[in-house]
Amino acid sequence: MKIPSSTRRNFTAGLLGSASFWMYGGHKVWADALQSESTQSYKPKYFNHEEWLFLNAACARIFPADAHGPDAALLGAPEFIDRQMDTPYGHGELWYMSGPFKEGAPNLGYQLSLPPRDLYRQAIAAANAYVRDHHQGQTFSQLAIPEQIALLKVFEQGKMALGAVPAHTFFEQLRQNTLEGVFSDPLYGGNKGLAGWTLLGFPGARADFMDWVNQKGAPYPFGPVSISGETA
Amino acid sequence: MCAKKVDAIVIGAGWAGSILAKELTEAGLSVVMLERGDERATAVEGDYPTSIDELRGAIRHRLFQNLSQSTVTIRNMPDQEALPYRRLAAFLPGEGVGGAGLHWSGVHFRVAPDDLALRTNVVARYGKNFIPEGMNLQDYGVTYEELEPFFDKAEKVFGTSGEPYTIKGKIAGNGNRFAPDRSDAFPLPAMGEVYSASLFRSAAANVGYHPYALPAANASAQYTNPYGVQMGPCNFCGYCSGYDCYMYSKASPNVNILPALRQDPKFTLITKAHVLKVNLDADKKKATGVSYLDLRTKKQVELDADLVIISAFQFHNVHLMLLSGIGQPYDPQQNTGTVGRNFVYQTITTSRAWLSPKQYTNLFVGAGGAGVAIDDFNSMNFDHGPLGFVGGSPVWVNQAGVKPIAAAIGGPGGKAPTWGEGYKDAMVDTYRHSLTIDAHGSNMAYRDVYLDLDPTYSNAYGQPLLRMTFNWKDNDIRMNQYVVGKIEPIIKAMGATRYSLGMLKDGEVFDTRRYQTTHLGGGAIMGTDPKTSCVNRYLQSWDVSNVFVIGASAFPQGMGYNPTGMVAALAYWAAYHIRTTYLKNPGPMVQA
Ligand SMILES: Cc1cc2nc3c(=O)[nH]c(=O)nc-3n(C[C@H](O)[C@H](O)[C@H](O)COP(=O)(O)OP(=O)(O)OC[C@H]3O[C@@H](n4cnc5c(N)ncnc54)[C@H](O)[C@@H]3O)c2cc1C
Ligand code: SF4
Repeated sequence: MKIPSSTRRNFTAGLLGSASFWMYGGHKVWADALQSESTQSYKPKYFNHEEWLFLNAACARIFPADAHGPDAALLGAPEFIDRQMDTPYGHGELWYMSGPFKEGAPNLGYQLSLPPRDLYRQAIAAANAYVRDHHQGQTFSQLAIPEQIALLKVFEQGKMALGAVPAHTFFEQLRQNTLEGVFSDPLYGGNKGLAGWTLLGFPGARADFMDWVNQKGAPYPFGPVSISGETA
Repeated sequence: MCAKKVDAIVIGAGWAGSILAKELTEAGLSVVMLERGDERATAVEGDYPTSIDELRGAIRHRLFQNLSQSTVTIRNMPDQEALPYRRLAAFLPGEGVGGAGLHWSGVHFRVAPDDLALRTNVVARYGKNFIPEGMNLQDYGVTYEELEPFFDKAEKVFGTSGEPYTIKGKIAGNGNRFAPDRSDAFPLPAMGEVYSASLFRSAAANVGYHPYALPAANASAQYTNPYGVQMGPCNFCGYCSGYDCYMYSKASPNVNILPALRQDPKFTLITKAHVLKVNLDADKKKATGVSYLDLRTKKQVELDADLVIISAFQFHNVHLMLLSGIGQPYDPQQNTGTVGRNFVYQTITTSRAWLSPKQYTNLFVGAGGAGVAIDDFNSMNFDHGPLGFVGGSPVWVNQAGVKPIAAAIGGPGGKAPTWGEGYKDAMVDTYRHSLTIDAHGSNMAYRDVYLDLDPTYSNAYGQPLLRMTFNWKDNDIRMNQYVVGKIEPIIKAMGATRYSLGMLKDGEVFDTRRYQTTHLGGGAIMGTDPKTSCVNRYLQSWDVSNVFVIGASAFPQGMGYNPTGMVAALAYWAAYHIRTTYLKNPGPMVQA
């Protein structure tokens, strides 16, 4: 069964919190539908093609594929970040953004005038320009994986600036948003198949441990459930 | 609302404001409570499952102050230029009905009686020279015996769960043996113990310490409070600290006071009303009312009143006093003035113990106020003589429900990577098999740590921001290091496979980027001398006698305990004296 995704979203939203949601919420239809949606490729609304390639590669390096499961790109972190760019957060509306903007000691916190969406735009362009200069015209996503990792480490250590953005600030933004994408409710586009939560053994939106307060060291026995009722 | 004049105005709809508004309407006054944020109803936005959302909740700050309108500036040293606190991190003030009292955790303490007269006690025991140069150590000017009925009242309103030690001088339970005597039992029995907390309890006892159940304003059973409002039993949902409670189990002004208050026709709550200042008469001795901005119409409104209660949260209280010209601003050079003096915070560091791969700590199970603590190194419960510092810390496992985004961003701890290869392995181990222990301690007041108005930055309404000058000092760093040293034997007794001790480093500067606590204090402190305190022992302004300033702003120094139990008791104490003394004969209740 296939439901067009927009209708499906409205339908889900309409049911949230209602009694009928509980009758349908855990139904396999939803699991299947969400599953099929996650495998369709997402078209970024904010990031351009080059930025999108950068983001996919960087997310996958920050949270790589291994024996525990897929990388952050497959889990939808880039989609999550793209969608966040058009929220009050992405526009910097949750932060005090009045000037003057001055550099200060790191412990006094973020002092740039850039909201996240502008920070990404400037820093990714500068990062790719840096890569082109040092790697024969290639972009970040075209580098071999070990080179991508090495470059992210350089950014993390922060000895350079990416446009107006200290490389460390950009790296930390990227790291945090990637992990948010992996571990937030799938409602926001990441954590596909609840794989982030399954990795940690986090039960998601269950939020009722009346009978499980103290397991005396045994693991909690149930898998995660999302706000929309998706299970894994 | 057509009246231009009311009996009393209460600024801020948090714990302190709601308590004062309830008491004053009970006394027959017409009361308008002004709250800058939105209405907040558990049934609407705190419901299940939509509120069970970490990204929208604690990460994007659904219930916290939106800094885009107003923030503070911060610097560590008086000779530094302060910069704005642009993104929430170190502390998380509230906004909207309930204030931070809606998204708090619920650890609900009374006070260590020694802390109320800390200066007197330290001097008596160790002499005057024991107090380090530059430390403004002071007494509250009120005793535990005087406050006891109000602690009792607050616990009954909050539906607090706990285990007593003594009631009326007789041993009544296995509670905290350092806790002061009680006139009555806790309204509800102690909360259940998660695995981590029970491990801590037995290990701490084995080492010779005295573990007790944290008193929690999370309801361990169904409860109806004296105002007739009901709470449901807490199910350890884990979305506690930073969230509203869909189970109606965590005490909040919204659940425990406002449902009763809203029934009273003498009470009016106006939301989206940002108070700009308290208006004073020409000689600045009487408040005439307040000016507020109606954020819906963008119009400034003047409202007159006989009595003004400033209860807008610790640093907002000080900010409003400075903007209104109530009292004399503190000048650290001359050591004159009191508004902004003795600004304090709380030391907190977290240590982690990893258990065997067979032991699952299920960190997501938890309630904000629940846990097991020891007080052996809090307040004056141990000999400071050979140690040479003032203050102390309770130590505890307070598993409030660890959610994955915060855990993942915080990283696996120890020397493990925070991303890339090896990260997932370490994160899985930490999330499934570790537990944390906090040293949650005092912070003393210092002459060069204070609040004033920023010369450069302003809020969305054109007013100067409040400026914080704050840093950690040697006394408090050494206190923290000493107490954390006492955690090590507990961790060993737990049979941890490895551990990391979190402590303040020598010379460590205050870092605004890391969440610590929202337990800020001082700046409008209470006391017996108008030269060194802003408000008298009834929290009445020394300078403008129809203004009372209620909140942790009254604390002369930061205590080891969480503040809200003390804030609520002081609110009921002040309200009692307003009702029984002030209203009969308005004017200063203590002669300066
Ligand atoms: C995450 C978190 C966990 C916490 N956990 C604990 C705990 O476990 N135990 C504990 O004891 N304490 C805890 N606290 C602290 C606790 O929340 C506060 O001590 C308590 O809420 C203080 O009450 P208050 O009435 O002074 O301020 P608040 O409850 O914050 O209320 C102040 C209100 O005033 C409003 N206001 C401010 N300025 C204006 C203005 N100019 N005009 C109009 N309205 C205004 C604000 O919007 C707010 O609603 C925690 C805090 C946080 C953030
Ligand atoms: S842990 Fe308990 S008190 Fe806290 S939000 Fe959940 S149900 Fe409410």
